[in-house]
Amino acid sequence: MADEALFLLLHNELVSGVYKSAEQGEVENGRCITKLENMGFRVGQGLIERFTKDTARFKDELDIMKFICKDFWTTVFKKQIDNLRTNHQYLAFTCGLIRGGLSNLGIKSIVTAEVSSMPACKFQVMIQKS
Amino acid sequence: MAVCVAVIAKENYPLYIRSVPTENELKFHYMVHTSLDVVDEKISAMGKALVDQRELYLGLLYPTEDYKVYGYVTNSKVKFVMVVDSSNTALRDNEIRSMFRKLHNSYTDVMCNPFYNPGDRIQSRQRVEGQVSSLNWTVSLCRAFDSMVTSMMIQVC
Repeated sequence: MADEALFLLLHNELVSGVYKSAEQGEVENGRCITKLENMGFRVGQGLIERFTKDTARFKDELDIMKFICKDFWTTVFKKQIDNLRTNHQYLAFTCGLIRGGLSNLGIKSIVTAEVSSMPACKFQVMIQKS
Repeated sequence: MAVCVAVIAKENYPLYIRSVPTENELKFHYMVHTSLDVVDEKISAMGKALVDQRELYLGLLYPTEDYKVYGYVTNSKVKFVMVVDSSNTALRDNEIRSMFRKLHNSYTDVMCNPFYNPGDRIQSRQRVEGQVSSLNWTVSLCRAFDSMVTSMMIQVC
């Protein structure tokens, strides 16, 4: 895997870049979070495709959740979990990442994040039953 | 030697379908379409059966007098279907598996291409004058997918 610093720097610039274009009056404020989240969504889809390439087939939703909670989470977050910030702007991308990953596996969900005590961050995943 | 390769999306519409051009292509499209039912059957059977078949490769879906149809489903519910000529010396299972492996790898690369939107058709567009150079990347990645499929049709890999 590449050095995590590369992604951290890119993420920083991403957030400030999106907010800068908002200041110039192109998009309204709430849409920045959506933009960032959608970027994360697309990345999550691609990541899942790569990670599940070699794993066995998932038999049911339980299998999928186990995979997400163990393999996916540790691969994506083990390196980053010390670096979360309080500002929700920085969490939008990560929420989108999780939502994208789940969506590619066939699970529609809504992911929100809250930071109650640093450095812990809680992700709430609400799965929509179809 | 594959005579037809198809990539079907999760919602059961084709993302990519290509067959050897000398034959009647519609026949292959129809075969792929009918094989989707067999794929669904196999997947649901796996869920209920106690056989711990956790493989992505489904194996022979159904044989016809001239062709054999093989299937493979990824964890993101994208299906790959391959139609192979029966008249050739029978391809061993391992060879078919490795062909599907390569297909999966190429598909993953296309998926990770940021200029590719999931759900779009996988096609290498012609270069249009005045287009942004970002299209070149899409073109080259889809071309890589295309050329990989071409190589599968020429020889077993």
